[in-house]
Amino acid sequence: MPAVLEIEGLRKTYRSRRRGTRNALDGFDMRVEAGQVHGFLGPNGSGKTTTLRTLLGLIRPDGGRMAILGHEVPETLPQVAGQVGAIVESPQFFPHFTARDTLSLLASAGEVPDSRVDEVLELVGLRDRAGERVKTYSLGMKQRLAVASALLKNPRLLILDEPANGLDPGGIREMRSLMRNLAESGMTVVLSSHILGEIQLICDSVTIISLGRRVAFGPVDEVLAQHSSGGVMVRLEAVADLPAAATALTRAGVRVTTYPDHLMLAGVDKPATVTRLLAEQGLYVSELAPVAVDLESVFLELTATAPVPGQHRQVDQSVRIDGAGSSAPNGGGWGA
Amino acid sequence: MSLFRTELRRLAKRRFARWMTAAGLLVLALIVIGMFASNQKIGPEQWAAAERSAEQEYQNQVQWTDQERAACERAKAAGTDFYTNDCTEISPPPREAFESRWYLPSTFVFRESFGEMLIPLAGILALIGFVVGASFVGAEWNTGGMMNLLLWRPKRLTVLLTKLGALLTGLLALALPATVAWFGSLWLVATWRGTTEGMTSGTWQSFLITGLRGIVLALVAATVGFALASLGRHTAMALGGAIGVLVVGQVGLGILLDMAQVRFTEAWLLPTYAYAWMTKTVTLQDWRACNATYNGECRPDTLDITWQHSSALFAVAVVVLLGAAMWTMRRRDIT
Repeated sequence: MPAVLEIEGLRKTYRSRRRGTRNALDGFDMRVEAGQVHGFLGPNGSGKTTTLRTLLGLIRPDGGRMAILGHEVPETLPQVAGQVGAIVESPQFFPHFTARDTLSLLASAGEVPDSRVDEVLELVGLRDRAGERVKTYSLGMKQRLAVASALLKNPRLLILDEPANGLDPGGIREMRSLMRNLAESGMTVVLSSHILGEIQLICDSVTIISLGRRVAFGPVDEVLAQHSSGGVMVRLEAVADLPAAATALTRAGVRVTTYPDHLMLAGVDKPATVTRLLAEQGLYVSELAPVAVDLESVFLELTATAPVPGQHRQVDQSVRIDGAGSSAPNGGGWGA
Repeated sequence: MSLFRTELRRLAKRRFARWMTAAGLLVLALIVIGMFASNQKIGPEQWAAAERSAEQEYQNQVQWTDQERAACERAKAAGTDFYTNDCTEISPPPREAFESRWYLPSTFVFRESFGEMLIPLAGILALIGFVVGASFVGAEWNTGGMMNLLLWRPKRLTVLLTKLGALLTGLLALALPATVAWFGSLWLVATWRGTTEGMTSGTWQSFLITGLRGIVLALVAATVGFALASLGRHTAMALGGAIGVLVVGQVGLGILLDMAQVRFTEAWLLPTYAYAWMTKTVTLQDWRACNATYNGECRPDTLDITWQHSSALFAVAVVVLLGAAMWTMRRRDIT
């Protein structure tokens, strides 16, 4: 599939006399293919918004290469901007204009027909409140307006930074189905969010960023599989057989942790080998379940941002992945 | 072109721009009403009333001097002190010292007064231009509107200059009719409450050029306000800067220069240049210097500030501030 968005070795350094030098982006790579909903994940301060701003020409990069729809940016951004809809960070609009005025002015600046304004207002559920001033809107309504403004161009690439912020549960569900529908209509969606359950539900693929570098990427299933570490939980008919089973499995090269009523195995490629191995020893399995891993646990593991009791993690305290090889731990994915 | 039209629409929709314009026009209307109310047309009735007032005043003076002379005589007879020993010195002024024209009511002579009346018009238009110019770009920056616009039109300088173009066009659309209305309304005031006599083509030309200079002053003020707010990415940058320049740079500087006994202190103050721009020349005087004339009169040193000096200052201010705003627009990250 052709890449709609390509980023290679993107670097951005902030220099300050007081705070010194900080690498917001440190050789960041990303690739998004056409027609996908792509999740862009990272802890606070990891470089997500800097990446999006740089991509959209708001921030000048210090190095690296970026391309949108085959056009190198920022050099040819004006040519491709009409095909990219984006919201970056929290929605910001002139508070004294109505939603309709806000969208109408954007449509006029972008030479989009005014009829499109009503279409997107309908799409995001603001049709009946379009005549009200934006300052009277709740955060969720502003968020809907921001999504409407991004959709106004009917873009080929839609970039949404935290679109579910402030939305009520119904709104989150609507946003989810909107993303899906847009992707099915051929639009490519890049979605930055901290609601990892949503990302897991909506996205085809993800990129995880930490301290300005990519730490994982690929289809969601693959990223999950490659970080599941082959965990399998095993129960036997007789609890008394657990030590014998542990010994047999360890001899076969499986990493075993023994619990009072079950064994936890790691590094198991095929769970069937476990049943066969134990059956050969006259040990019978009563329950065997691969341990499921979710995106949240993978995220916390990769970014080393899981909460530790008694500690107060600071922003920017995150995992450092050094070396080119280790920057892509699940190297089996696409877009290397 | 669509961006230019959009920015014009945005400017017209801005509530602050509307209120500022309405407030400015209201002040101008109040000035016209005040001029209408405080002036009268001079006719035989007014001359007759003035003659009566002059006579009345003369009679008052005669009466007063008679009383004073009598008091003087009484003091002299009693042997007490009075401010003069020669009571015959106390005499009324001659009747011709009370000219009737001094007692005429105020009248608006278009030929004499309209030139000066163009200065408040220029001042109000310049104030509207500065504040609306600053707000037009400043509010866009601090509400995120500029970022949204740049996501649609990622050509920063084009966006900034188109915004400025729309602002100046909008201001021109206000200033031109306002100036025409100012000419018209004060002409009517002169017709009904004064006189329009003595107008020549040369006078008209001079007024038109002064009116145009007023509009240019407003455009310069708008550009400076726009550039300052763009530099600071906030309306407050321009407004704070203007207040800072006025309070610290002008009042403070004026006091400091006076204390340091610097000659022609007004030459360091911006309003002098605005005034010189409108009146073509401002002559500053240094009364500390005494240039004796052949008849022993002491004349001060003078310094002429001309409209050419003002135009050079305005040009430098516009080039430097707008250049800096464009440079930062091009170079600075939008975070």
